[in-house]
Amino acid sequence: MKTFKLLTAALLTLLVCACSNTSQTGSDASSNDAQSSHPQGQASVVDDVSDPNILQVAISSEPHSTLVAAVQAAQIEHVLVNAGPLTVFAPVNEAFDALPEGTLENLLKPENKGDLATILTRHAAPGSYDIEVLKREAQKGRKLYMATGDYLEVTIEGGNVSVGGARIVASVPASNGIIHVIEQVILP
Amino acid sequence: MKTNIFLKSTLIIGLITLIVGCGQNGNNGSGALGSSIAEKVYVAPGERDEQYAFLSGGYSGNLTVYGLPSGRLFKEIPVFSQFPTSGYGYSEETKPMLNTSFGFIPWDDLHHPDISQTNGELDGRWIFANGNNTPRIARISLTTFETEEIIEVPNSAGNHSSSFITENTEYVVAGTRFAVPVPQQDMPINEYKANFKGALTFIAVDQEHGHMDIKFQLLMPGFNYDLSHPGRGKSHGWFFFSTYNTEEANTLLEVNASQNDKDFIAAINWKKIEEFVNNGGGTKMAANYAHNVYDESTHMATSTMKKEVLTVNPMDVPGAIYFLPTPKSPHGCDVDPNGEYIIGAGKLSANITVHSFDKMLAAIEAEKFDGDAYGIPILNYDDVLAGSVQSGGLGPLHTEFDGRGNAYTTFFISSEVVKWKLDTWEVVDRKPTYYSVGHLMIPGGNSRKPHGKYLVAMNKITKDRYLPTGPEMEHSAQIYDISGEKMELLYDFPTHGEPHYAAGADAELIMNNSKKIYRLDENNHPYGIKNPGEARIERKGKEVHIYMSSIRSHFTPDNIEGIKVGDKVYFHITNHEQDFDVPHGFAMIGQGTSEILIMPGQTKTSLWEPKQVGVWPFYCTDFCSALHQEMQGYIRVSPANSNIELSWSLDE
Repeated sequence: MKTFKLLTAALLTLLVCACSNTSQTGSDASSNDAQSSHPQGQASVVDDVSDPNILQVAISSEPHSTLVAAVQAAQIEHVLVNAGPLTVFAPVNEAFDALPEGTLENLLKPENKGDLATILTRHAAPGSYDIEVLKREAQKGRKLYMATGDYLEVTIEGGNVSVGGARIVASVPASNGIIHVIEQVILP
Repeated sequence: MKTNIFLKSTLIIGLITLIVGCGQNGNNGSGALGSSIAEKVYVAPGERDEQYAFLSGGYSGNLTVYGLPSGRLFKEIPVFSQFPTSGYGYSEETKPMLNTSFGFIPWDDLHHPDISQTNGELDGRWIFANGNNTPRIARISLTTFETEEIIEVPNSAGNHSSSFITENTEYVVAGTRFAVPVPQQDMPINEYKANFKGALTFIAVDQEHGHMDIKFQLLMPGFNYDLSHPGRGKSHGWFFFSTYNTEEANTLLEVNASQNDKDFIAAINWKKIEEFVNNGGGTKMAANYAHNVYDESTHMATSTMKKEVLTVNPMDVPGAIYFLPTPKSPHGCDVDPNGEYIIGAGKLSANITVHSFDKMLAAIEAEKFDGDAYGIPILNYDDVLAGSVQSGGLGPLHTEFDGRGNAYTTFFISSEVVKWKLDTWEVVDRKPTYYSVGHLMIPGGNSRKPHGKYLVAMNKITKDRYLPTGPEMEHSAQIYDISGEKMELLYDFPTHGEPHYAAGADAELIMNNSKKIYRLDENNHPYGIKNPGEARIERKGKEVHIYMSSIRSHFTPDNIEGIKVGDKVYFHITNHEQDFDVPHGFAMIGQGTSEILIMPGQTKTSLWEPKQVGVWPFYCTDFCSALHQEMQGYIRVSPANSNIELSWSLDE
């Protein structure tokens, strides 16, 4: 199998070389074209029939414009359109505003892409936890396993459900999971 | 002996080509990798093919969907055969699709797909296909890519000159290959001659839903009806069928059906017969045939046995049927895009016979007949002949067109595709396919408006074309670029089953109509549930109905108790996803059937008859999500006399 792959690779290389010999535009141009037509894989699928996925719901939500900008800066759009399922705890813009001054600006810098991705990923749990399931988490004393590997505590106080200390104020179902709107950023 | 000769000729042709090929390479100087051929079939990741190709699966009973020019396989659509991949023919909803007057028939031999047309041009609504063995016609939706309807054809056997459609999809036509007693009866085989009939069946297609209904059956003389095509343009209203065994032999046809120098192409003025039956003509005959319809809203098929068919005796409609003498057991019977030429490919001949529609009409007008066969007038060969293509090949089979005045004919024995000019009959190009080509397909190539950029040749033999896989090789197909003066072989690819014919269309005609999900709020399945909260179990004696939900990544319920040995357990599973391309599967241990694959918004039912006490798991068979492996459940099966109450739960 490896040999076959190597051969294929070699053949493709030859092909590319051959193409660049005979073609004015060159092979680089054509492979760029191929990439740009589907730059984001599943994230760029045009689909106005299915229910919106987590990314589409977030993009259409004005109170989450900071979160969306952060997701785009961290380049983790794919995660939010993946088959999942995912439960995403989505801080509103005010939650980001409440972070210490300069924190967000710093995280949005390209060199901090990895850190930003980690922080955002801590807001996503594999699995589909609607509010009733989250309540059962609290009642049964089960902790919520987050995509970063952290476990967060789910608590109920006066009918309000909180995850990692962040209170859930609304829930929106999505085709690949569910979004719970929270009032603060969940920090380690 | 014959095989040896064929092999030798193939070898010689192969060697010649090899030499010629080397010469060309030498002249070219850049080598295969330097040529543009690879680029012509290379569809880069993320890019899409230009055209769809629907290849018949022959003895697989199914239809395969490919992309052109890449030759990539997109899908296998189950039509006449049970298909464990989706549960077609195994799920309770789809079992009725395979019902016939012979009972449940889980297989057929799918031959000739044809895409629906409007004004003689492909319209991309449906594709029709024939079951050759237990005569049936299927209609497949090009929105859902699912088989929606199958109608059995009575008084037919070896449903071969099918399933070709008229130019506004008024009719899908099914002609019998084997003449049989009509009605069937216990009689000596050697009394075949003059007693057996060849039924040509015109099935009306409802334009809104595509539903099929037999309008009439023409009971023709007992020849073998091989292939057919509708007139188009000026010849719209006529249908042409090739025949062989006009000798009416009933044994060793290999020899006895090759005695006559010429057989016939039957020209049928179906508009005239339609008018006849609309005015009360024809004879109702008792029959028994299945009509199976799948309803997208209930996600269920129903099978109805029909008990009557309207038959027409050719003698009762004078002036509607004529025979055109055509040499040597013609196979292909193809009509050019303008509707003037009717092309008969005499499969034991070297030449291709082209009849003229205008000349045919003139001869009929002048009543110039050369006798009759069972009262049906035979026209003079020379009166209707437009021309003959002196092909230089051997064994012409089938012809399609590019819409630029050219015809392309396959030759089985000499293994080649020959391009020739309509009107002048001049051969302008020929390319060896090497491997005994059967049919060919140009997308839209049997319509008024061919999409004539590529030609797909479907070879019957593969031998050394691919890495060997034991004695049986998947058949090979080859893509030719026919946009230039000379044909250019671009690529070959393996097919599935045995493609006898194919249909193709530009991608734009079909791709935008392809369905993404079934809407849950339009799901009218009697056992469907609108949300997981409605999940429940009902017992009716030994029948247990489980109304189950599946959504990433769990079943509701997933713990079930109170099932007993000897129960008939029906899992009615609704997929509550509303997300494109997210099916869920279902399989139960020890189940005497296949898994089922349930599309988003769909409900499907799987039957399980537990035979052993214990706790038995089920699971999702489709890797649906990151937590797919967690998507499972248990059923407790107790002895038949147990008092355990029915109960179910999820995360309690």
